[in-house]
Amino acid sequence: MTDLAANPPPAVPAPAAPVRQLGYSVRAIWPFLVIFGGFVLLALFAPLIAPNDPNSQNLLARLRPPGTTARGIFYALGTDEVGRDLLSRLIYGARVSLLVAFLSVLVSTVLGTTLGMIAGYYRGWVEVIIMRLVDIVLSIPAILLAIITVAVLGPGLQNLILVLGFTRWPRYARVAYGQTLVVMNLPFVRASRFIGARTPRLMLRHILPNIAGAVIVVATLEFGLMVLFEAGLSFLGLGVQPPTPSWGSILSVGRNYMATAWWIATFPGICLFLLALSINLIGDHLRDRLDPRSKR
Amino acid sequence: MNRYLLRRLAQSAIAVLGTVTLVFFIQRLAGDPTLLMLPEGATREDIETLRRQLGFDRPVIEQYLDYVWQLLRLDLGQSLVQRLAVGDIIASRLPYTLYLAAAALVVALGIGLPVGVLMAVKRDTRLERLLVAFVLIGQSMPTFWSGILLILFFAVTLGVMPASGVDGFHSVILPAIALGALTMATFARVTRTAVLEELSRDYVPAAQAKGLRFRAVVFSHILRNAATPIITVSALEIANLLAGAIIVETVFAWPGLGQLAVQSIAARDFPIVQGIVLLGSFVAISLNLLADILYSVVDPRIRLEGRA
Repeated sequence: MTDLAANPPPAVPAPAAPVRQLGYSVRAIWPFLVIFGGFVLLALFAPLIAPNDPNSQNLLARLRPPGTTARGIFYALGTDEVGRDLLSRLIYGARVSLLVAFLSVLVSTVLGTTLGMIAGYYRGWVEVIIMRLVDIVLSIPAILLAIITVAVLGPGLQNLILVLGFTRWPRYARVAYGQTLVVMNLPFVRASRFIGARTPRLMLRHILPNIAGAVIVVATLEFGLMVLFEAGLSFLGLGVQPPTPSWGSILSVGRNYMATAWWIATFPGICLFLLALSINLIGDHLRDRLDPRSKR
Repeated sequence: MNRYLLRRLAQSAIAVLGTVTLVFFIQRLAGDPTLLMLPEGATREDIETLRRQLGFDRPVIEQYLDYVWQLLRLDLGQSLVQRLAVGDIIASRLPYTLYLAAAALVVALGIGLPVGVLMAVKRDTRLERLLVAFVLIGQSMPTFWSGILLILFFAVTLGVMPASGVDGFHSVILPAIALGALTMATFARVTRTAVLEELSRDYVPAAQAKGLRFRAVVFSHILRNAATPIITVSALEIANLLAGAIIVETVFAWPGLGQLAVQSIAARDFPIVQGIVLLGSFVAISLNLLADILYSVVDPRIRLEGRA
């Protein structure tokens, strides 16, 4: 519940050796950039890369293990319960995963940053209303908020993006608000106010560029979370609907075939794990770089 | 009671009311809430009858006040499928979720604390790097996948654990590990940071100069001082565990609230979904308040300053 402006001053003198607040840092970040970049490429060029149509069924080649060839088609990662090529479904799944994460982060970034800046700029009752709303939305566990909204609106790609976007904006609002309060007091902003700069100019030219770093850090960390949320909701059957391939829904099918076809649940899990891991580490790295004051 | 606590209490009350309001209006996002409550293919007359029965033909503000009044009397309404009070259905499932969450908390604390202390004490060694990898894995494994892997390995391959359901003490182990992994990672990170901070304080070399062994300093001085952030994080993490239970319960067919929520969405039993969401939010808000109170007890600066 603390914001940057209201942080209590440290009572004890700063420790002699600065402790890296974030905890560990991973020395080499590039392997994770490569992994993330790889998934982005898979997503962008899925139709060119995927060896087969992700939705074409081959009922005579159901549940085949990785590396089998059936009727002249090679299934590198095996087939699922209706004989679809798992590898191709995973490649198209990267598309769904990144698309949902990217668009929902975009929705919540725009919404949250705007509201946070407005709250920090105008103060007064506008601030009270917006920040109270932030507290309320943040106090509902995100997965519950997502579940009740999906229950009302119905599942599907579009609704999923909206639900995630509209449930996550308070994170950005809080950061944007705190940073705006700080920036508003900087000499150059006050100066340009005195010489008569108008609100839009102040917000876009002076405040936004100065709070962008902190917002980007939040967005990166949220991006990883959104990937997991999409997969989680799709796993529960509340996200992307079949036959559209999503790693989460492939996993939930795989759960039913664990004893006979281990590959269906294993490979989408690995993809999800690698993507989430690389995004988390990139986010941590960015935070270290851009926001040295950050804790935890 | 001082001003800070009163203020936090009032904030929490507003948050609860806000949540109720938000849930009420989310119901109306789809237009007519009766459509949520009837099976697909209901006739026009069915819709009309239910609408009048539930009072949806009245002004919204009147419905809203009614809704709040009903909740104040702790009445969550009736299940549409089972024709039982939602409160009773939830109460019958709640113990399972609490049991699972408690077991997961034990796993998370039992592993996270020692790992965090070790990471701080053995800073810049090979052991630390190993532990960092362990924590990172715990943090990035989606619970539904780690759950499936645990079942694959321990239940399907080795056959030493039940794959799903509730059947004796054994059956809680795998879901507790799956659910506790993320919290374990958080505990390890927080503990590491807290211990590192304490390690850099002047009393550490002072105690060592006094002739105390390093191990004794860690156990009798550092851990006691580092406990503050860990305790506060615990309160917040319990809320996360309860939310995470939704997915873990589905993976392990665990008959708690999470499974009930997912089943109720599939069955279009909206009052139950709503009851679970309201209960979950209420618990989360309470835990948040508890964390702040704990924090203000151990750190009087927050209390005295009045605004956190």
